[in-house]
Amino acid sequence: MKTVELAIVGAGPAGLCAAISAASMGSNVVIIDRCKDIGGQLIKQTHMFFGSEKQYASRRGIDIPNILLDELKQYEEKIEIITDATVLAIYEDKVMTILQGENYFKIKPEAIIVATGASERVLAFPNNDLPGIYGAGAVQTLMNVYGVKPGDRVVMVGAGNIGLIVSYQMIQAGVEIVAVLDAAPTIGGYLVHASKLARLDVPILTGHSIKEATGTESLEKIIAWKLDEKWQGIEGTEIELEVDVACISVGLTPLSELLSQAGCEMKYVPELGGVVPLIDQNLETTVNNIFVAGDVSGIEEASSAMVEGYIAGLYAGKKLGYSLLDFDELVDDYKMQLNDLRSGHHGDRIRNGINKIMRGEEKC
Amino acid sequence: MKNTIICRCADITLEDINNLLSSGVTEIEEIKRFTRLGMGPCQGRTCMQLIQRIVANHNGVSIDQIKMHTSRPPVTGVKLNQISRGARNDNES
Repeated sequence: MKTVELAIVGAGPAGLCAAISAASMGSNVVIIDRCKDIGGQLIKQTHMFFGSEKQYASRRGIDIPNILLDELKQYEEKIEIITDATVLAIYEDKVMTILQGENYFKIKPEAIIVATGASERVLAFPNNDLPGIYGAGAVQTLMNVYGVKPGDRVVMVGAGNIGLIVSYQMIQAGVEIVAVLDAAPTIGGYLVHASKLARLDVPILTGHSIKEATGTESLEKIIAWKLDEKWQGIEGTEIELEVDVACISVGLTPLSELLSQAGCEMKYVPELGGVVPLIDQNLETTVNNIFVAGDVSGIEEASSAMVEGYIAGLYAGKKLGYSLLDFDELVDDYKMQLNDLRSGHHGDRIRNGINKIMRGEEKC
Repeated sequence: MKNTIICRCADITLEDINNLLSSGVTEIEEIKRFTRLGMGPCQGRTCMQLIQRIVANHNGVSIDQIKMHTSRPPVTGVKLNQISRGARNDNES
């Protein structure tokens, strides 16, 4: 069995940044990703990022993997990237099993950073298995990675940032957005994204959800209805939307099962999107030398995933016995960036969530 | 409810789940054992968040108060011959 110093699961924004900072300290790093392309969800994010320059604001998501890979190049002899390979398990002795094509093998890392990200939530409604009902992520992959138009007339369910951005991208691709629905009484995403749709006369119906889908071979109609304050549908308020695609964008949930298997203490935290590990300020779980970065420990944005990646990489490097002259300055700077990203009203939820899983004294 | 799919891998509907719950089942692990929900190719990555909500509502508690299912390796399907070939390679090296 091959032994490695640091294994990173996931080559998305968190995993790549973790690799950069661990390698910069001198650690050997193996990055394993399920996909053929490096970059995780960034590879389909054709829109420009907001935020601060340090997290590549005003760059397009799709350009960021190459920027990060360029940075990794300076540590080329320390980095191995295994793509198209799924980490199947992390056992309690930290042995990892991996499936790459037909090839099943094990590695034994000294330290692990789990940066597996998240998966999309779905909704339960009658005929929710009809062809034509997609997750927003799937639609984005079809359009922006493979250049395939998902359909002609679409209802988007979910007015969070992903729902709004993907709706706009569909319009750019020549798809008609019949309506955007959201169960909540207000629009969850940023106003700037919602305004773009409003200017194009796309109705955004808050307080609405799907009652049922109909169709014989594939989706033909979505019947939506108004919700009362207890989130129950109100009879008599039904509207029929003739669509061939329903795009479900109702949030993400952390892909944390590898951490449960490894014996990390886990907790269900609604603010963070699901079952997440308890962590300390160094992003280490309750299992020695297993760290996390990105959405796997709470749903946020690519920007915070990158900063968490840098932090986890530094602390993993330190645990492996490496040091950096400006270690403390770097950590302080990254933690300040995280605080900025989580500040204000939009950050309330995530700060509450993190306080529920943070061990030790440092809460945010 | 007959056509509301909760677990796509095992084709388990909301009606199936409600029948189980009204027969006295109260935990996700029990539902898994009766129906194979969450034990197919996706290993619960689609249905678990739905079933958590359904079970919590049925028991009249919030989701953080119910018992979560146990996730076991591997996280996706692997053929037995892939594992045995891997073991053979491991012994040789």
